[in-house]
Amino acid sequence: MSAANRGGADLTRLTAAEAADALAAGETTSVALTRAALDRIVAVDGDVHAFLHVDAEGALEQAAASDARRAAGAPLHALDGVPIAVKDVLATEGLPTTCGSKILEGWVPPYDATVVARLKAAGLPIIGKTNMDEFAMGSSTEHSAYGPTRNPWDLTRIPGGSGGGSAAAVAAFEVPLALGTDTGGSIRQPGAVTGTVGVKPTYGGVSRYGLVAMANSLDQVGPVTRTVLDSALLHELIGGHDPRDSTSIDQPVPDLVAAARQGAAGDLSGLKVGVITELSGDGYQAGVLARFQESVDLLVEAGAEVVEVSCPNFVHALATYYLIMPCEASSNLAKFDAMRYGLRVLPEGIDNPSAEDVMRASRDAGFGDEVKRRVILGTYALSSGYYDAYYGTAQKVRTLISRDFEAAFEQVDVLVSPTAPTTAFKLGEKLDDPIAMYLNDLATIPANLAGVPGISLPSGLADEDGLPAGFQILAPALADDRLYRVGAALEAALEAQWGAPLLSKAPALDGEN
Amino acid sequence: MPEISRDEVAHLATLARIDLDDAELDHLAPQLSVILESVASISGVAGDDVPPTSHPLPVTNVFREDVVVPSLTAEQALSGAPASEQQRFAVPRILGDEQ
Repeated sequence: MSAANRGGADLTRLTAAEAADALAAGETTSVALTRAALDRIVAVDGDVHAFLHVDAEGALEQAAASDARRAAGAPLHALDGVPIAVKDVLATEGLPTTCGSKILEGWVPPYDATVVARLKAAGLPIIGKTNMDEFAMGSSTEHSAYGPTRNPWDLTRIPGGSGGGSAAAVAAFEVPLALGTDTGGSIRQPGAVTGTVGVKPTYGGVSRYGLVAMANSLDQVGPVTRTVLDSALLHELIGGHDPRDSTSIDQPVPDLVAAARQGAAGDLSGLKVGVITELSGDGYQAGVLARFQESVDLLVEAGAEVVEVSCPNFVHALATYYLIMPCEASSNLAKFDAMRYGLRVLPEGIDNPSAEDVMRASRDAGFGDEVKRRVILGTYALSSGYYDAYYGTAQKVRTLISRDFEAAFEQVDVLVSPTAPTTAFKLGEKLDDPIAMYLNDLATIPANLAGVPGISLPSGLADEDGLPAGFQILAPALADDRLYRVGAALEAALEAQWGAPLLSKAPALDGEN
Repeated sequence: MPEISRDEVAHLATLARIDLDDAELDHLAPQLSVILESVASISGVAGDDVPPTSHPLPVTNVFREDVVVPSLTAEQALSGAPASEQQRFAVPRILGDEQ
């Protein structure tokens, strides 16, 4: 990107790192970057529907404040002035937070999530809140109470889920950066099907304070970006200990940006990579597997040693997850009781209704089908007499999956697989078949059960449909820097092959010049 | 593992404090059964010698010094409430008629 056109119509095409460089060089301003993002949203979001709320006024104020700080010569964070979008499951003071649910329609939190506070402290203008499956329950963003998000590569297809809004916003050049949350793959799987980069950090590596919990032992906040380096910059910003989150790890975050820059130099000699046998065969689309194999070959060319590693219990991960997650979700969603916040519906035909009557009517009206399905499943699995058979069993299998990771990481430095078994499917195609929908998270779920970090980056376009496929890299807990080293090396090799970033091959959206 | 009946779903909905209408019950019961069938596949995977994992990290209580720090004001805490009175949440009656 030449300096000359940084001030023009191409501002939305800048990566976050390029935008930061342009700001530092005085070639653009935060107000110009923010205005470009807002204009782009006006032009394309009617089709994409990545956003639930856009805060144009607030974002421009924050941008002007950033420009003023820079003009005054104040010390600035590297991303100060670069606009960002935030998944609507994170509390934002003064800005509506709905979790994609009718039960929270119009709710405005009186406080910020820690990650949001860190964005504000670093000076990133917050453009708005992105669409999502209701309470992060889904793999397609079709379970949003406010209508689905559409995939910028093909508007008839899903953008992945539950963070489809964040992924689509980044893929459609509406923002360079977004935050997502990943409980069973909700950052990585949308990343894969939209051709973006998504990271699930080590569990406890990023604060969950102010994240409306779906499943506490699985949820993790992380970056959604267009490049590996941008994810490293954002991950370093939001990561690190938070005394307000009792599961936050009290250790320094590794130097992720340095790891990404080192990886981009392309040398992976000495690195051992394990291809997970159980996640690279049956059930995967041929074009997804072909792009995966080419990426593995590029890692070998970069000097890595590649071996096949078996994680035999990964085949049980999906069933384990679909027991543990609803149990935790049903407990977490008990707080939506129509008493302290959210929707209150008075039941028809009852004089002087009780709190319980109101609660039942409100939860029926406020929750969508997928949320009801999971709350009832969780209530069942936790009920007296079934607890050991379901929840207890799942917790034991979780131990076996963690042991598979431990054994694998004794042999190799990182593990790899395709991120999602297929490219983006058509909107509506799997809506009435929960099991088919859940299968999309097949390859991403083991990392959440064990708490290890993972990244998805684009591996190319599948031959059958010309849609993006994702490459997943997993590392041991607290070794997030390895994701960035390997991810940046692969990204550099792939882009050298393609001659440009993958997203530049995406079709033009309406409103584009 | 047992199949889940329509009546059971209705009972669970009561426990979960969700009013489901007949159409929702008809729709949900078979879907829950399918999910539970798939979940049944893990019933014999782990032996008695395998300890359960509830959390990917060891979880311990976290304490801070008992010092007063700023918190939400009553007005902020009540800002999202469906109804409030005299700086309190206003709720429907909690006890039944017979109590």
